Amino acid sequence: MTEAAAPTPTTPAPTTPAPMTPAVVVDHVTKHFRLYHERNQHLKSTLLRGRRAQYEEFYALRDVDLTVPEGTTFGLIGENGSGKSTLLKCMARILRPDEGHIDVKGKVSALLELGAGFHPELSGRENVHLNGSILGLGKKQIAAKFDEIVEFAGLERFIDTPVKNYSSGMYVRLGFSVAINVEPDVLLVDEVLAVGDESFQRKCNEKFADLKAAKKTVVVVSHGLSSIRSLCDQVAWLKDGTLHAIGPAGDVVDQYIDEVHPDRQQVSGSGTRWGSGEARVDRIELVDGDGHPTAKVRTGERVTFRFHYVMTEPIPRPVFGMAVHTLDGQHVTGPNTREADCVPERLEGEGHVDLVVPVLMLLPGTYDVSTAITDYATLHQFDFRHRTFRFDVEPGQPKESYGGVVSLGGLWQIHSLDGER
Amino acid sequence: MRVLEDDVVAKADGGRRPARPALLAATIGSVREMWESRNLLANLTLRELRGKYKRSLLGWAWSLVNPLATMLIFAVVFGVFLKVKVPPGDPSGLDVFALFLLCGILPWNLVANGMTGAMGTMLANSNLIKKVYFPRQVLIAANVASSVVAFLIEMGVLAVALLLAGNFVLPWLLPVIALMALQFVFVLGIGLTLGVLNVYFRDVQHFTGILLQLWFYATPVVYPVSVVPRTAHALGVEVPVRFLYDLNPMVRFVGVYRDLLYDVRAPAAGDLLYLLAVSAVTLLVGLMVFARLEPKLAEEL
Repeated sequence: MTEAAAPTPTTPAPTTPAPMTPAVVVDHVTKHFRLYHERNQHLKSTLLRGRRAQYEEFYALRDVDLTVPEGTTFGLIGENGSGKSTLLKCMARILRPDEGHIDVKGKVSALLELGAGFHPELSGRENVHLNGSILGLGKKQIAAKFDEIVEFAGLERFIDTPVKNYSSGMYVRLGFSVAINVEPDVLLVDEVLAVGDESFQRKCNEKFADLKAAKKTVVVVSHGLSSIRSLCDQVAWLKDGTLHAIGPAGDVVDQYIDEVHPDRQQVSGSGTRWGSGEARVDRIELVDGDGHPTAKVRTGERVTFRFHYVMTEPIPRPVFGMAVHTLDGQHVTGPNTREADCVPERLEGEGHVDLVVPVLMLLPGTYDVSTAITDYATLHQFDFRHRTFRFDVEPGQPKESYGGVVSLGGLWQIHSLDGER
Repeated sequence: MRVLEDDVVAKADGGRRPARPALLAATIGSVREMWESRNLLANLTLRELRGKYKRSLLGWAWSLVNPLATMLIFAVVFGVFLKVKVPPGDPSGLDVFALFLLCGILPWNLVANGMTGAMGTMLANSNLIKKVYFPRQVLIAANVASSVVAFLIEMGVLAVALLLAGNFVLPWLLPVIALMALQFVFVLGIGLTLGVLNVYFRDVQHFTGILLQLWFYATPVVYPVSVVPRTAHALGVEVPVRFLYDLNPMVRFVGVYRDLLYDVRAPAAGDLLYLLAVSAVTLLVGLMVFARLEPKLAEEL
């Protein structure tokens, strides 16, 4: 057995650093709510019936037991009503568990709703002070952070305007800026990442990367599996209020996708586009080994990226190119026809150009494709479409579960001098 | 390593639900939390004050117009129509019904505004309570504090009026401020109780409306204490009316304010001790009720 798919050196060991300090300990937490059959908050009913109202106990969390290691980004996934938001609210102390308890080490800040507590009639400045103190900052801390908060939100000019005159984007940006600058030890985030325009989103993602680099603990609840996969170290999957699975992000998300299997919609046309337009890529398709268009492929499969082009006039020596990015913006690859020495002398009308990938080496994750048609010098752009197509890669062969973007496709070999077989 | 210690405690407890912290410990924790979040208290109070008078032409002046209007109405109804006679200030000799009224109306307004405000504030801030954790008792404290700020301004104006009327109240202003602080404690205790109870039972606010009316007439705002009989016969039983009447803490509060401001004399030590005891107990009860009901606030709202 010298050449085989040997087991990966670290079998079940966690990917976290060895001296694991818990940041959040969720100790056998159960939380139930009362579902009232008739909502009756009156003394009369209490006195007459000897109880407040008829209700049914609904268990949002049942005996959930988990530990979030310090300095990691931890994801909570699950379908609607699985209890992930309830768990997050329990961690934030907004809700109290009925049984068990939760210990959080250090200062907690929760991004459940941005700008909660803003008073519409007060100015941005007054609201920063107000919101900062709600989130637990002292007067001096707010004063020290004030400029940074305003700058991050990009609201220097409007800071003395009442927030009721803010656009919803400005409102949310200010709320996010205050919350993120509280510098918590543990940050709890509930699906608020999908706010603001693209540039603000990028700022937010950078801020999260900073937090991660600063070894702060982040707990994220999200439906966005791709962001969970790229952002989180570990993921817990909640199902009907119980802990269904917990482990490295990739593994748990893959399990979840396999079970829930939402057929991904083709995301297209959302990115920016520019160019002179004589030649255009109308559509890009991902074609699987059987020749069917898809948006979900597996590592190791044969796939084809198909560019459907339209040229309104003859274009001499056009160059087709594409780029693949991860969702957090990492550039994975950028092949083009010029470097591959596959440039026609002249092209006109409609047709398609294929990039055939015999063995897809991308590891599981979600990726975006940008496309371009340029002249031979790659100086003039006829059509550039940024992030025009998004696809998922699911686990296949080679199987690698410890993160990363591409597989090297290497083969393990063991050469033992003891002649052990 | 605090976490691990707690873990050990939980295991020692059989690994089950940890013992409910004693109510007293929660109450003490609640006071400490309030102290730790004094910056929040200041900011929330400012929010209440700024929010209240934003976009009104008179702004802060409304804080004065309201009690003055009440005073004018009472002065006409009770002073002119009903001809209520109040004894002149002793030893000040002051005999102005309007000022006599104000010495009662202003402290009374603090109670009335503090109670209604405390109940409203939990409901008004329900979104905040559901989305952020912070010591929730601060919401009620800030609301009562904002009423106290208005009260301070009103009392300042009253003090000037009294000076102009010939009452040399300057030496008594410090005791008056101390008394106001004590009344804040008293109203805060009531506010904490009613504010959190109202979340569970909305009847509380309707009930409070009636209670406030009753309480108003059981307090010597528009009449002097001297009109209250010592005893009365009802159903053949002698009822110690005055004794029962004096149990009302607002009788003592208004009495002491009048002693200091209208009569310009030192109040009776018994009154002060009684108020001190009642205020302390009221606050303690408020804190305990709040600590007991607070954990489920976010789901009950």
